[in-house]
Amino acid sequence: MSDIKIHITDRDGITHEVDAPTDMNMNLMEIVRSYELAPEGTIGVCGGMAMCASCQCYVESDHELPEMGDDEEAMLAEAFYVEDNSRLGCQIHLAPEMEGLKVTLAPEE
Amino acid sequence: MIKTDILIIGAGPTGLFAVFEAGLLKLKCHLIDALPQPGGQCAEIYPKKPIYDIPAFPEVLAGDLVDNLMKQIEPFQPGFTLGERAETIEKQEDGSFIVTTSKGTRHHAPIVAIAGGLGSFEPRKPPITNLSDFEDKGVEYIIRNPELYRDKKVVIAGGGDSALDWSIFLTDIASQVTLVHRRNEFRGALDSVDKVQELKNQGKIKLITPGEVIDIVGEEKVEGVSIKQGADVYNLECDHFIPLFGLAPKLGPIADWGLEIEKNAIKVDNSLDYQTNIPGIYAIGDVNTYPGKLKLILCGFHEATLMCQSAYQRIFPDKRYVMKYTTVGGVTGFDGSKKEAPKAVVKAID
Repeated sequence: MSDIKIHITDRDGITHEVDAPTDMNMNLMEIVRSYELAPEGTIGVCGGMAMCASCQCYVESDHELPEMGDDEEAMLAEAFYVEDNSRLGCQIHLAPEMEGLKVTLAPEE
Repeated sequence: MIKTDILIIGAGPTGLFAVFEAGLLKLKCHLIDALPQPGGQCAEIYPKKPIYDIPAFPEVLAGDLVDNLMKQIEPFQPGFTLGERAETIEKQEDGSFIVTTSKGTRHHAPIVAIAGGLGSFEPRKPPITNLSDFEDKGVEYIIRNPELYRDKKVVIAGGGDSALDWSIFLTDIASQVTLVHRRNEFRGALDSVDKVQELKNQGKIKLITPGEVIDIVGEEKVEGVSIKQGADVYNLECDHFIPLFGLAPKLGPIADWGLEIEKNAIKVDNSLDYQTNIPGIYAIGDVNTYPGKLKLILCGFHEATLMCQSAYQRIFPDKRYVMKYTTVGGVTGFDGSKKEAPKAVVKAID
């Protein structure tokens, strides 16, 4: 099995435990969309190019995630509601070491 | 009043290709777009990104795709109303529609095709509680008339190209320009970043980084902004606050046109022709939804093609028509141009 469990708290504060595949080249934003945890049109607006911040989330667990690329860093510099643990979901590609990851979706802009 | 056969709302790839398919049926098109240039997201958000899933193009830059589409539809002389957002639609007694834009431009057509993508691009507004109270009272999200800022104190917020470019531009007009950005790094053309550095060194731009505007100060109009820098919060006097955080798409007024909306998209009949719940209004491309919908440019092209066939039947219910291949019929433009396959030579060899 290449699925991992991740915990996603939606914008209404409800936490969902979901199974996420690590062998389908999926990112966190796509998992949120596939489980419909945020309405279409409010997440992944740019399609996953780090060009909007609609998939911003706060990482609540202490997993070591891949470092931010320049695009993600620059977008977060212009996003709103940014905290120290902010990341763009579209830039987090799911991998086995993310088992148990906990994230909270940032408010809609 | 602008009159056309198919009024297309949204000049992205799907809307542009619809002009071609309509043109083959001798239907004229006019496009409305809130952005000042055609191309939609491809031109506005990612012109330099390669797309790999356009059939027969192993790789094409989004900007080049738009250029190619513009070239392809040129013979059909589409009209454009750019930089204006489609606001209202009124159904006429004869079943046709009048669509009026944010600037009051009126368009009349028997068919309306909404190819609005994710919606019209609107400025992103920072979450400052009292920001909306000061809109047009010193808070502007778009610079329409730079003269407004002559000899005024201006605070610009943002870290991208438009924040940099306008900061540079306004140093010659405003009495004081302050640029506030949450990071020390700016994302923009190298030239602009260097220029701002130079103007800062000359004392012509005041740079506040890392910093954030968190409140507007004023009674009737903007008198200053409250700036947070680390643990410090202080007020800075100014006449204008211009947040420049780029654009984001919003479905906007179309959502109030009486169309059936699901998941922030317009529901259409995909078993037939992508018509909405209002006969004569179609929705094609990313703006529509139906079971199994995929938001792909190539799907938008297909939807545009079927929409045009249906629109033709709606405009000419008594005419008979069968779809023609361009390899057979060629392409005859409204501008008198004619493209067709060269004829084979049929000749006996002695």
